[in-house]
Amino acid sequence: MTARTMGSRVTQEMLRRALEGRRVNIVNPLVALTLLISLLASLAILVVLLWDVVAKSMPVWQERGWSVITNDLSPRPAETGMIQGIFGSVMLTVIVVVLSFPLGVAAAIYLEEYARDTRITRLLVANIRNLAGVPSIVYGLLGLSVFVKLILEGVLGQISGRTLIAGGLTLSMLVLSIMVITTQEALRAVPLAIREASFGVGATPWQTIRHHVLPVASPAIFTGSVLTLARAFGESAPLLLAGAVLSTFFAAPEGTPITDLVLGEKYTALPIIIYNWSRQPQQEYIALTAAAIVALLVILLVVNTGTILARDALERRNRM
Amino acid sequence: MPTRLEPAPVMVERMVSSDPASSPSTSLESAPVIFDIRGLNVYYRDFHAVADTDLDIHQNEITALIGPSGCGKSTVLRCFNRMNDLIDGARVEGRVLYHGIDLYGPAVDAVEVRRRIGMVFQKPNPFPKSIYDNIVFGPKVAGWKGNLDDLVEESLRRAALWDEVKDKLESSALDLSGGQQQRLCIARAIATSPDVVLMDEPCSALDPIATYRIETLMRELKERYTIVVVTHNMQQAARVSDRTAFFSVDVGTQGQRTGRLVEYDSTDQVFTAPSLKETEDYITGRFG
Repeated sequence: MTARTMGSRVTQEMLRRALEGRRVNIVNPLVALTLLISLLASLAILVVLLWDVVAKSMPVWQERGWSVITNDLSPRPAETGMIQGIFGSVMLTVIVVVLSFPLGVAAAIYLEEYARDTRITRLLVANIRNLAGVPSIVYGLLGLSVFVKLILEGVLGQISGRTLIAGGLTLSMLVLSIMVITTQEALRAVPLAIREASFGVGATPWQTIRHHVLPVASPAIFTGSVLTLARAFGESAPLLLAGAVLSTFFAAPEGTPITDLVLGEKYTALPIIIYNWSRQPQQEYIALTAAAIVALLVILLVVNTGTILARDALERRNRM
Repeated sequence: MPTRLEPAPVMVERMVSSDPASSPSTSLESAPVIFDIRGLNVYYRDFHAVADTDLDIHQNEITALIGPSGCGKSTVLRCFNRMNDLIDGARVEGRVLYHGIDLYGPAVDAVEVRRRIGMVFQKPNPFPKSIYDNIVFGPKVAGWKGNLDDLVEESLRRAALWDEVKDKLESSALDLSGGQQQRLCIARAIATSPDVVLMDEPCSALDPIATYRIETLMRELKERYTIVVVTHNMQQAARVSDRTAFFSVDVGTQGQRTGRLVEYDSTDQVFTAPSLKETEDYITGRFG
């Protein structure tokens, strides 16, 4: 009797000590602090960059107002503007969307939903992943030799193949592999139970994909694609090779139709303008370069915010 | 389960036969056989999951497949509507005759098979859509032309869910409780007017009250459908089924586990007078 009570008292005391733990636990707060510092450091870098470009571009916005955005390129820094670059970048992105989105999503659906898990499939998937890691300058070389020289100038006989469509095709190749991978991940995240439910009531593979897998995967596919496009929007190296104009000045004849601007005329893009302006010796170009960077960042910010809002709307609909 | 699980009186002549009887000698009236399975072997790549199984499924009966984990009972169930096709590396040998037609024949379309042989899964898996859309999807893809509203009502009534959801057909199926979701899945399975409903441990994720409702429902449904149910729960098999197939697992020399059918008979027979010691040990809880 006494031994029992004693025993239980000792046990309870031991239990209390074990539960209440050591008073000072140094490791946990230390880890949390380290993680917080890493986060703050990356944020700080971003803030410094933003602050730097905004501050440097301030004089331009104050003196010139919207004309920095809306003017064509000009040899005179006081009159130059970036509208041709914005137009080029937007059109390039449109071409990339039209080409690489359907192609990438379709390829991913095939790989995830139809292809048997064989050695060949795995080899294919591994290669797609490798392609995503190839430096963008290599895609630029591909664009120059295949699209500019071989197809547009060679097969189609254009005088100059250095057109928007050549740049768009090049960027499409660049992002295609990333598009495939993002979509694959999104499809893989759809629970098997949903597929089984659909097959179980007698749906075909395509009906299952169309009505159940894609709707569930679409927010992730959508977000991944827009982030991929944002990357295409900011690329400059492949465009330098695939024919974007690297000059302070070029012009298409007044009133050239948009089809010709895409298919037959010279073009440039916002990242190319940033690169080019930053190389100019005149003092004015420092502020102009900063202004172009601000414009690029604002466009990306607007697009990304829009994406997040649209994804949330898609997910709300999916709850149904 | 008081009296039924008492150890059975030994029946000498049955103990002698080591070959599991594929056509049980039963007190049941012999309903027509709709599934006739002969020499079924299932492999997942190199893994031999189920060996040499012969099984008859009778019309408008509930057949329970029981046995310990890894005995291949779910694998066998998934051969009835070619659900194993979805798994890479799955291979089925032997014959699965459905009304005399081999479901694994070269000309057979698995999609058509699944329209006639519906399935309810272990975990309730409603589509992330409205209750209404869950029901109508199957009939729609099968090209059903009738009145969808009537079909939804009839299916939900048969699944004993109508009264609980009739005012919120457009709300998300995911907002239902687990038991309601599973009855919705049953409603979805019978909306395509199948001949057979396969149930893979339909109550394992449900509480006792929801389980009771599903079991009551199963007994009602067998008037119209043939039901094959895999269950871990022996009392459930004893309560609802007409026939019981007991599967066990053989462990090979390298630890490979292969399921096989041990005994198949009327449920009464299996639970009161199993012919094999192995069955008796399992149903009395001595192993598994």
